[in-house]
Amino acid sequence: MSDTQNFVEIRNARKSYGYIEVLKDISLNVERGQIVAIIGPSGSGKSTLLRAINDLDPLTGGEVWLDGVQVNKTLPHRQYEKHINQMREHVGMVFQHFNLFPHLTVRENVTMAPRLLKGISKEEADQLAEEQLRHVGLLDRIDYYPSRLSGGQKQRCAIARALAMKPKLMLFDEATSALDPELVEEVNLVMKKLAEEHMTMIIVTHEMDFAASVCDRVLFMDQGYVVEEGPPEVVFKNPKEERTRAFLRKHLGANK
Amino acid sequence: MDFELMLRIYPFFLKAAVVTIELSVLTTILGLVCGALGTAARLSRHWYLRAIGAAYVSVIRGTPALIQLFLLYFGGPQIGIQLDAFEAGVIGLGVNIGAYMTETMRGSIIAIDKGQTEAARTLGLSRFQAFRKVVLPQALRLMIRPLGVNINALIKGTALVAAISVVELTYTAQRYIGSTYKPFEMFLLSGLLYMVIIYVTGKGISYLDRKVRLT
Ligand SMILES: Nc1ncnc2c1ncn2[C@@H]1O[C@H](COP(=O)(O)OP(=O)(O)O)[C@@H](O)[C@H]1O
Ligand SMILES: [Mg+2]
Repeated sequence: MSDTQNFVEIRNARKSYGYIEVLKDISLNVERGQIVAIIGPSGSGKSTLLRAINDLDPLTGGEVWLDGVQVNKTLPHRQYEKHINQMREHVGMVFQHFNLFPHLTVRENVTMAPRLLKGISKEEADQLAEEQLRHVGLLDRIDYYPSRLSGGQKQRCAIARALAMKPKLMLFDEATSALDPELVEEVNLVMKKLAEEHMTMIIVTHEMDFAASVCDRVLFMDQGYVVEEGPPEVVFKNPKEERTRAFLRKHLGANK
Repeated sequence: MDFELMLRIYPFFLKAAVVTIELSVLTTILGLVCGALGTAARLSRHWYLRAIGAAYVSVIRGTPALIQLFLLYFGGPQIGIQLDAFEAGVIGLGVNIGAYMTETMRGSIIAIDKGQTEAARTLGLSRFQAFRKVVLPQALRLMIRPLGVNINALIKGTALVAAISVVELTYTAQRYIGSTYKPFEMFLLSGLLYMVIIYVTGKGISYLDRKVRLT
C-alpha cells in the first residue's frame, strides 16, 4: 500500500446489536495526516464507528485496515489478542469522560503504558512524561492526582497519555462534550496543535466551528449511514442532502 | 453476679480467646484465597468456570454453615476425609466465608467503571495487564470495608466450631458452666472477649481503609 493513501481504510463496515443494525455498510478512507470529523445526531453510530477502528466495539461485518494491516482479521483467540494489543499501541483514543486512572498521578497516567509495553527505564519515562505534559501545558500538574484537576486539565492529561505511546492515529470521541464551556478552548487548542503537527485524526464532535476550522473532511452520519461527506466548506455551507441541512439548521441555527 | 469467679477464671478464657483468634486468622486467609479463586471463576471468560463459581456461591450461601461443618467433620470420614476438629473448623468456615468474600470481591471489581478497562486496553494493555494495573488497584481499595464486614461475621461465626468441640471461646464457656453452674458469668466473659477481638479488628480495617482511600 502506498505511503499517502488509505492510511485508515474501512470497508463495508456493519455492526448489529441483536436485530438492530447500528452501522450499515460504511466505507471510509483516511490518508496519512488527514483530519476527519464525524458529525451527526446522537445515536447515529459515530462512537460505534470510531470504536470499531481499534476494535473496542468489534464489527459484525466488513474490514478495518490501518497502515496496510488488517485490524480485525480472523485469528485464534490468543493470537488475535496479541495482534490487537499491538495494533492499539499505534492508535490513541480520547474519551468523552476522560477515563483517567484515578489511583495514579498525572505522571503515572502518562507513563504506565509505555513503561509496561515498551520497557523504558524510569528516567526515560520521566523524560517522556515531562515532554508530553509540556506539550499539552500540564507540566505544573505532573504529580497531581486526577481528582485534583479541572475537566480541561483532565482531558489534556488524557491526550498526553495517549500521545505517550507515540500513536500513528488519534481518535477523539466527543472530547469536549463533558466540559464546561469555558474549558473547551484549552482542549481544542491542544487538538489544533496536533493538527499542525500533521497527526492523523478522526474526531467525533458536536462543535461545528471547530470541525470546520481544523478538519480536511467532514462525515455526516445518520441512523447508521454516512449520509454525506466532503470538505467542510461544502458540507457546512452547501450540503446536498436534506437530512444534513436539517441537522445543521439545528446546530448552526444561530450563525446562519 | 460473681465477679470474683470471673476474675479467677478469666485466664482460661484468654487461652481460649487465642484459639478463637487463630481460627479467625486462618479462616480469613483461607476465605480470601477461596474468595479470590471464586471471583476469578465468576469473572472468567469460560462459561464452565463461571458455572463452577456460581455453584460454589449458591450452594454455600444456600445452606447453614453448621450443616457444612457437620458434613465435613462427622460425614468426612465416611468418604475418606479425616480431619481433627480444629482443621475441620478452619476448612469448613474458610470455604464458607470464601463464598461471601467471592461476592464482595466480585462486586468491587464490577463496580469499577468500564471506561477504565477501555482506556487501558486502548493503550495496548492486555486483558490481564488492564486488570492487574488499573482495575484491581481500584477494586482492592473498594473491597476493604465490605471484606471487613465479612471478617466481622466470620469471627462471630467461629463460635459454631464449639459444636464440633474445638476448645475456643464458646466451647470454653460451656465447659466451665459444668463446674461453676454460672452460665451468665461464663457467657458474659466470652462475649466480652469476642467484643474486644471484633473491636480491634474493626479498628484495623478502618485504618487500612483510610490509608488507601483515594482522595
Ligand atoms: N452495547 C450496546 N448494545 C445495544 N445497543 C447499543 C450499544 N451501544 C450502542 N448501541 C446503539 O447503537 C446506536 C449507535 O450508538 P453510538 O455509536 O453510541 O451513537 P453516537 O455515538 O452517534 O451517539 C444507538 O442507537 C445505541 O443505542
Ligand atoms: Mg457517541
